[in-house]
Amino acid sequence: MHRPFGSLILPMSMHEKSLAELSTALNNKYISSHELTLAYLDRIEAHRDLNAFVTVDRARALKQAQAADARLKSGQSNVLTGIPIAQKDIFCTDGLPTTCGSRMLANFVAPYDATVIQKFNAAGCVLLGKTNMDEFAMGSSNETSFFGPVHNPWDRRCVPGGSSGGSAAAVAARLAPAATGTDTGGSIRQPAALTGITGLKPSYGRVSRYGMIAFASSLDQGGPMARSAEDAALLLNVMAGFDPRDSTSVDRPVPDYTRTLDESVAGLRIGLPREYFGEGLGTEVGRVIEAALDQYRKLGAKVVEVSLPNSRLAIPCYYVLAPAEASSNLARYDGVRYGYRAPEYADLWEMYAKTRAQGFGAEVKRRIMIGTYALSAGYYDAYYLKAQKLRRLISGDFDRAFEHCDVIMGPTSPTTAFEFGSKTDDPVAMYLSDIYTISVNLAGLPGMSIPAGFDGSRRPIGLQIIGRYFDEARLLNVAHKYQQVTDWHLRVPEGF
Amino acid sequence: MSLDRTDVERIAHLARLEVGEQELAAYAETLSRILGLIEQMNAVDTEGIAPMSHPLDAGMRFRADEVTETDQREVFQSIAPSAQAGLYLVPKVIE
Repeated sequence: MHRPFGSLILPMSMHEKSLAELSTALNNKYISSHELTLAYLDRIEAHRDLNAFVTVDRARALKQAQAADARLKSGQSNVLTGIPIAQKDIFCTDGLPTTCGSRMLANFVAPYDATVIQKFNAAGCVLLGKTNMDEFAMGSSNETSFFGPVHNPWDRRCVPGGSSGGSAAAVAARLAPAATGTDTGGSIRQPAALTGITGLKPSYGRVSRYGMIAFASSLDQGGPMARSAEDAALLLNVMAGFDPRDSTSVDRPVPDYTRTLDESVAGLRIGLPREYFGEGLGTEVGRVIEAALDQYRKLGAKVVEVSLPNSRLAIPCYYVLAPAEASSNLARYDGVRYGYRAPEYADLWEMYAKTRAQGFGAEVKRRIMIGTYALSAGYYDAYYLKAQKLRRLISGDFDRAFEHCDVIMGPTSPTTAFEFGSKTDDPVAMYLSDIYTISVNLAGLPGMSIPAGFDGSRRPIGLQIIGRYFDEARLLNVAHKYQQVTDWHLRVPEGF
Repeated sequence: MSLDRTDVERIAHLARLEVGEQELAAYAETLSRILGLIEQMNAVDTEGIAPMSHPLDAGMRFRADEVTETDQREVFQSIAPSAQAGLYLVPKVIE
């Protein structure tokens, strides 16, 4: 009998396998989902110091694994049946806490599953645990989490990026075969870049937002965080699709994202926005991106220069729209129906004000204040409306650029992972971490980050690939071809 | 645009956030700095440009007026900070 991993599957090596390899092993009964889940639960336990997870329920996960094993035995399985997945703690899970990284929801147990969770359950995946994140997804370093920061497995003195920092660190340290994230201004791509993994933010409307706790509803989008483009394609096959319960979900057929992974990239036109290679870009990051482009040239792609002239406006525009929408979305946390309530108050007014002052952390409060101000009487036109007009200009830049190219490439983040505390005193400096990712959310386009190298301190560097609307299949294909000829995505931090 | 302590108090009131006397100055300083960043928007003339609220300019979908949800009051109220006899309890607001 042909056994792809030799005669014996050692639990020790399970964490080195891709989703496709694990799927083969599970479906051929070389390993059980119970064994696989247990191996990952033990790895999570052994590396608790990373603080990548907020909630891990071993008994529940193992029970789900046993159910998956029964399904595998009965032949009712599909590709991902029995595979444990780490879920960002922003997706509501029935019967398991969903904290969103906040004191406000520290004891919140949702009475329903998010659509994304339902889809993974239906596929027979095991919920391995809920990953740590910046509070309400507001942050680029995971330092705003009520549950403490996540450590970057490549250098524990450094942040993993954010807001999906727990998912990124978990996948990078091989504490989970794959994870989910959400991306409002870069929260999948930036942590993927800073931890050397593959992350994809799909087009706005591709993945249901139902049960995904809202930050900025016109920008939020869930997506996969994985070790490779191939793994991300398998996850997106599960996650994507129209959902009548999400009013902005887009009703469009979902392709099989694995089918086109191997297509040639010869003749592919890669657009390089000159604005992404100017002031502010780290020298080492720039050099690694150039090397990645050379690799694509060797694969037969053509590189053309494009321009996104309004790029510099993306950050100011975003810091009106996102906080404005957040201030409205977060108005629901009033201590009445669920979540935290202050222990002492004299009247209803005080109950609201104290509950919110104690339940939210500093960054969330700052953004609520900015958003409230921008939407307050007399300021709407100067801020929100102005930002929406700029959003149109930024989106138009992409339309024009895509007349000359098939994908756009550049750095995901201007720097590699930075040290804890280095930007916490200056919110504006922190906001600049997302300078290359934010405009993609504003335009609603799909964007991806893949590992492309390291800096001199062995901190990972991510290459960003941006596509046309609903061109996720091409992004995955372009990423996969690169990963076929490079091994950056296979590098594992020391000690893991 | 620079905010002062009175502005911060007004915004905090609108946002239903308690802000202590000793926090006002720090908020005024940080929020002003963020507004400084935001005001870079004014460098561009946006006269005549249509605002964009949805990337694909999609409007709200309509659905048939049918009952799709069942009554789950007990489940929902089981996670409330304070509920009794099917009601959410809050401090008295009417004398």
